Amino acid sequence: MIQVEHIRKTYKVSRRNAGFTSALKSLFHKEYELIHALDDVSFTISEGEMVGYIGPNGAGKSSTIKILSGILTPEEGTCRINGLIPWKNRIQHVKNIGVVFGQRTQLWWDVPVLDSFELLKEIYRIDPFIYRRNLEQLSHMLNLSELLKTPVRQLSLGQRMRCEIAASLLHDPKILFLDEPTIGLDAVSKLAVRDFILQLNREKNTTVILTTHDMQDIEALTNRVILIGKGKVLLDGTIDDIRKDFDSTEEALADFYRSHQI
Amino acid sequence: MRKYLAFFRLRFSMDLQYRAAAFAGVITQFAWGTMEILMFRAFYQADASAFPMSFQATASYVWMQQAFLALFMAWMMENDIFDAILNGNIAYELCRPINIYRMWFARSLANRFAKALLRCLPILLTAMLLPAPYGLMMPVNPEAFLLFFLTLLLGTGVTVSFCMLIYMTTFFTISPMGIRMIAISGVEFLSGAVIPLPFFPDKIRHVLELLPFASMQNVPLRIYSGDLTGACMWQAVFLQVFWLAALTLAGEFLNMLAMKRITVQGG
Amino acid sequence: MRLYRKYFMIHLKSIMEYKASFLFTCLGQFLVSFNVFLGVYFMFQRFSNVEGFTYNEVLLCFGITLMEFSLAEAFARGFDMFGTMIRKGEFDRIMVRPRNEIFQVLGSHIEFTRIGRILQAIVMFVWGFSVSDVHWTPSKILTVILMLAGGTMVFSGLFLIYASICFFTVEGLEFMNIFTDGAREYGKYPVCIYGRQVLFLCTFVVPYALIQYYPLLYILGRGKTHYALLPVAACFFILPCLLFWKIGVTHYTSCGS
Repeated sequence: MIQVEHIRKTYKVSRRNAGFTSALKSLFHKEYELIHALDDVSFTISEGEMVGYIGPNGAGKSSTIKILSGILTPEEGTCRINGLIPWKNRIQHVKNIGVVFGQRTQLWWDVPVLDSFELLKEIYRIDPFIYRRNLEQLSHMLNLSELLKTPVRQLSLGQRMRCEIAASLLHDPKILFLDEPTIGLDAVSKLAVRDFILQLNREKNTTVILTTHDMQDIEALTNRVILIGKGKVLLDGTIDDIRKDFDSTEEALADFYRSHQI
Repeated sequence: MRKYLAFFRLRFSMDLQYRAAAFAGVITQFAWGTMEILMFRAFYQADASAFPMSFQATASYVWMQQAFLALFMAWMMENDIFDAILNGNIAYELCRPINIYRMWFARSLANRFAKALLRCLPILLTAMLLPAPYGLMMPVNPEAFLLFFLTLLLGTGVTVSFCMLIYMTTFFTISPMGIRMIAISGVEFLSGAVIPLPFFPDKIRHVLELLPFASMQNVPLRIYSGDLTGACMWQAVFLQVFWLAALTLAGEFLNMLAMKRITVQGG
Repeated sequence: MRLYRKYFMIHLKSIMEYKASFLFTCLGQFLVSFNVFLGVYFMFQRFSNVEGFTYNEVLLCFGITLMEFSLAEAFARGFDMFGTMIRKGEFDRIMVRPRNEIFQVLGSHIEFTRIGRILQAIVMFVWGFSVSDVHWTPSKILTVILMLAGGTMVFSGLFLIYASICFFTVEGLEFMNIFTDGAREYGKYPVCIYGRQVLFLCTFVVPYALIQYYPLLYILGRGKTHYALLPVAACFFILPCLLFWKIGVTHYTSCGS
């Protein structure tokens, strides 16, 4: 379903020291540094799988997600998702995926949630019958019926995230990318989101790729973990491969990061 | 004083970092100035006798206006301040042992000076190199130049204290955007940013010259170009001092009211 | 079209949450743009003509230019916010949706307070018409319509360029103001008054003269007949702008944000 082979991506970043003189200096001369965001990354994910994609900040997680969703073109390597190359057949490809960016919102701030959904219905050209069916299903599963008529700015973060997830699923995507979906949520909302993702995967066989820093998300949701650091895949296995004989996954992970100096 | 200097340094090095922005600003202002002068040239050619200033003085007025734009353009207000008031971040500022009015005043001054300092030199240099009637002429005499400098500072003070009034009204209204726009458009026109005050019919002009808006850019720019001299000049300088004091007092007063309101209503 | 209507309605609903603020801002917009007119008015208190153009003729020119600009602004000024959209990562969201990007960008920022400016443009346009001494014929009216169409295209193209630059840098966009707000500001007078060099630039680099000066001459009965069709030529200006946007999107996908 998803096949990623030898992907490489490099960024040019300008640097400058703090202070007055270096500010003046940079007026005339800028220094650049090359950052290898992704360095020979390969993996395959099959249909209906749930994968946790983890790594420390700046490891290359979001670059990978961007490449998989067609926003970013890698310098080298190939990637096929359902037979399409995301960055070449972007429009065709994105019809089949849903993306949730945990820290951003795709809902319109001042109008009821339902209005945002109606707009998405137009954008994705969703058939009215399917739209109604999905809306009913999703609002049942995520318990949205009370929220749909409320303006977004009046929702709590947890309520908003539930709506956010529903918005990404209205068009029946085969793959769902979740970028830190539980960030900042309280315990109840976290559990609700996790339960929903499990249920979605079970009932619709949706492939889910999840990036998070919350190890409990991983423990609750996925068997398979891809761990990335400094742009390389360091581990592709199960949660137990990381855990070994530590008490908590958190500590095991920190130890893993330290031993790899990332 | 030291903390206000710190503001200035911070701002200046921030602006320095955005070199492309500064460069683009210079280009923009240069283009704007060129168009302005070409427009005046067309009118000058149409009827030189109806032209109220010498053409050379008009060109100098325009170049100086572009070079020091950041000092007295009322629309260069700080969105940060509006945002802080509207979204309640002002609570942070209230925790600091500092008078909000004076802090914002210093901050606005710092911003304007930092911007102007970075941008004025290239414009002034280029404008001086332009051929005679179009370029920037040398000041008439050292005294005029000194006085230009003094009134430039006073003018900036008047501009900032006017902007401060607008910030302060934000505490009391529902639509700061609307008020801001109306105020800005009024100032633009009345201060001589659209066309210099001498181009207005005499009757209107006499009234305009008494208003605080004339104390912003009108006075320094016309002193530099030699259009404002003698008793009229001293009267203008006196008015500048007067308006600076009046607007600042009014601002401090509004500030006091606003603080009371916040502490009573809890924001 | 249906999608645009949806975008439109959703903006309208958002605005209605803040009615008072909306009205004030409209009023502000309405008044702000009168400054330019007042500048022209007072100049003509002193001078009877400029480069042979009378006050009434300049007013007609101003009215048409302002109308062209406002029409373009009404649906293409959403690009103004594009730098912010990129910074906030909102463009990523647009890229993961199966619709044309330009259309989505424009749809996501519709600024209703511009109604104030459009109203002002209409007032000036109608006024420019009513005081003009032009003997109106069908072909002259058609020329005005062509001017409005061409002008909308040219200004939209400039807004598009503005947005495309955001893909490469968000600094220094200020200079684009020369071509958009500057052109509106200085377009109050026929561009020929700024001299031969400016007229040349405005004919062959950014075709302002084709949507303003030349067709205006035709309307005033001083130009050749083919001047009436020059606004059509100006429409082609949009093509390089679209190309530039495409290049920008390609750059975005190869560099990220």
